[in-house]
Amino acid sequence: MSKAILEVKNLTKVYRIGLIRQKEIVAVNNIDFNVKEGEIISLVGESGSGKTTTARMILRLLKPTSGNVLFNGKDIWRDIRNKKELKWYWRNVNGVFQDPYSSFNPTHTIRFVMPRTFNLFDEEIDYDTKINMIKEALKEVGLIPEEILDKRPFELSGGMRQRVLIARIFLIRPKLIIADEPTSMIDATLRLSLLDLFLKLRDEFKTSQIFITHDLGLATYISDRILVMYKGEIVEEGIPEEILNKPSHPYTKKLLESVPKLYSK
Amino acid sequence: MNSLAIGEIMSILDVKNLKAYYFTKAGIVKAVDGVNISIDRKIIIGIVGESGCGKSTLAKALSFNVEPPLKIVEGDIVIDGIKINDKTVNEIRRKILGIKVALIPQSAMNALVPIVKIRSFIKDVLKEKTGYTTLEIFELAVKRFKELNLPIETLELDMYPFELSGGMRQRVLIAIATLLNPSLLIADEPTSALDVSTQKIVLETLYDIYRRGLVKSMIFISHDIATVRQIADEIIVMYAGKFVEKGSTEEMINEPLHPYSKGLIFSILTPELIVRERVRKAKEVILKGEPPSLINPPPGCRFHPRCPFAMDICRKEEPPMIEVERNRFVSCWLYAKR
Repeated sequence: MSKAILEVKNLTKVYRIGLIRQKEIVAVNNIDFNVKEGEIISLVGESGSGKTTTARMILRLLKPTSGNVLFNGKDIWRDIRNKKELKWYWRNVNGVFQDPYSSFNPTHTIRFVMPRTFNLFDEEIDYDTKINMIKEALKEVGLIPEEILDKRPFELSGGMRQRVLIARIFLIRPKLIIADEPTSMIDATLRLSLLDLFLKLRDEFKTSQIFITHDLGLATYISDRILVMYKGEIVEEGIPEEILNKPSHPYTKKLLESVPKLYSK
Repeated sequence: MNSLAIGEIMSILDVKNLKAYYFTKAGIVKAVDGVNISIDRKIIIGIVGESGCGKSTLAKALSFNVEPPLKIVEGDIVIDGIKINDKTVNEIRRKILGIKVALIPQSAMNALVPIVKIRSFIKDVLKEKTGYTTLEIFELAVKRFKELNLPIETLELDMYPFELSGGMRQRVLIAIATLLNPSLLIADEPTSALDVSTQKIVLETLYDIYRRGLVKSMIFISHDIATVRQIADEIIVMYAGKFVEKGSTEEMINEPLHPYSKGLIFSILTPELIVRERVRKAKEVILKGEPPSLINPPPGCRFHPRCPFAMDICRKEEPPMIEVERNRFVSCWLYAKR
C-alpha cells in the first residue's frame, strides 16, 4: 500500500461578489480526498462544478477560504513561506493546461521559452546542457527537436503545442501533475498518443496525477480512481468499474445516461 | 405530403467528383477533392473525420455557402433535380437555401445578432424566400415550435438570443432553418459546444424533424462517432479531403475496414469498460503522425504516410472506391482484388 502524497482536507472556496450587498458563491464546498504515489485520479464534472477551482488551489495559485492541502505532510499555505520553498513546491507539483496558446507568449520561440523551465531548479545548469535536456524531452514526447525549437507557438499544430507542454513536464518530472483538460482541444487519434505519455510518466517514474475533465470516457481510460464533482462537492468516488457499473448518486447516473456510447445503448 | 413512398422520391442529392478549394496566399488548399455522394431515399448520413479533413468545407459547398477564398472548381451539385452550379447567387439565396437545402453551420447558436429579437430574425430569414405576410410567418413559426415541443410562445418571440440557453438557441435555430421543409438538412457539428445532457436534447429535436418528414434526408457532420451513432443510418469517414469508407452505422463501428477508420474508431474514448480494454490491448492501431497538409497532399493514397500497412502501390497510385459488399465501400488497396 503506497502512501498518500497529497491530502486535501475540508477544502472550501467561497467567492464574494458585490461591493455593498455581498453575495457568496460557494465554488468548492468542503471536499476531502487524497492521491497516492503513482496513482492517477480524475475529477469529473461539468463546467461550474468547481473542478478547476480545486486544481488552482492545489497548484497554490488560489488561496482557499478554509481547509488544507497537504503535500508530503506539509501544508502548502501554512508551511510554504518564501520563494525558495515555493520553487520546491512547483518543482514537485506542476500542471498542464487546456489551451497551450495561453501558456505560451506568442512572440517567443520554443528555444527561448523552454530554458525558463530551469528557473524552478536549484542546481546550476549551463545553457548548452539545458538545450540538450530540452531536446531529449522533446524527443521523449515524439517531437523532432530540430523542427520545433526555432518555431513560435502559432507555427505549430495544436497537437505539437500540447506535446511541448508535456515535454516541459518531462523536464521537471514533478511528483504530482495537475492536468486540467490537457487534451480537450486535440483530435481523437492524436489524443491517445498524448494520454499514453501521461501513463508512461506514471509507469516509469511513479508520477501521481490529477486529471481534471468533463469527459467521463477519458476518465475511464486513464484513471485508477474517479471522483465525480457536482456543484462544488464530491458526490461519488470509486474505481472506474464501480462508477460505470454501479453509480449511486443521481447526478452520476444522469451523466452516464447522457453520454453517447459506442457499443451499449 | 410527408408520407411519400420510397419509390416516389427522386434523387434528393447527387454530387459527382466535387472539388472545393481555398485559394490562399500560401497556396491552393484542396479541402474537398473529388467527393461523390448520392441520396435517393429518406436517410440520415453521418460524415465523420478530424479537424481539417474537409467536412465543414463539404457542408458549405453542398449548401452553397461558398465565398472567397473558397471556390467550387469541379463537380455538379444536383438537389431535387435542380442543377445548382448554373444558378446565380441571388437565385440560390431566394429559391434554394432554406427551401431545397438548409445548413446548420458550426456554432450556429453564436451566429445570432445579440441585439436582434428572435421575432425579427425569423422575419428577416423568411420574408425574401416566401410571399408570406409577417403575421403568416409568425403563425408558421409558432406552430412549428409547438410541433417540436419547443416551449416558445408567441410572446417569447420578443426575447433576445441571450435570454435563451445555449441548447434552446440551437433548437430554435434548427426549427427556423427547417421551417420551409427543405429536402435536405445539413447539420455541421450541431452539438459540439454543448454539455452532454443538452446534446441529447438537441439530437432529439433533429431526429424529431426527420421522423416527422419535415426534411427528407439529413447529413450529420461531426468528429464524434459516438454521437453520430445515435442518429445516423450510414456513416462516411472522411480523411484529407476524400471519402475513405462508407457503410451502415453498425458495420462501420463494429467492423471498420480502412486502416484510418480503424484508428479513428478505436481512439474514441467512451465510458465503457470494453472500450478501455480494447484501447489498452490494441496499441498497434493507435495512429502516429498528423494529417497531411492539404496544399501539398502526399501522392497516391493520402493516408499512406501514417498507414501501418502501406505498400508500394499506396505511395504511387490513388486507391479507387471499392464496393466490398452491397452498399459497403472502402477506398484502400488492401481490399482491391488483383
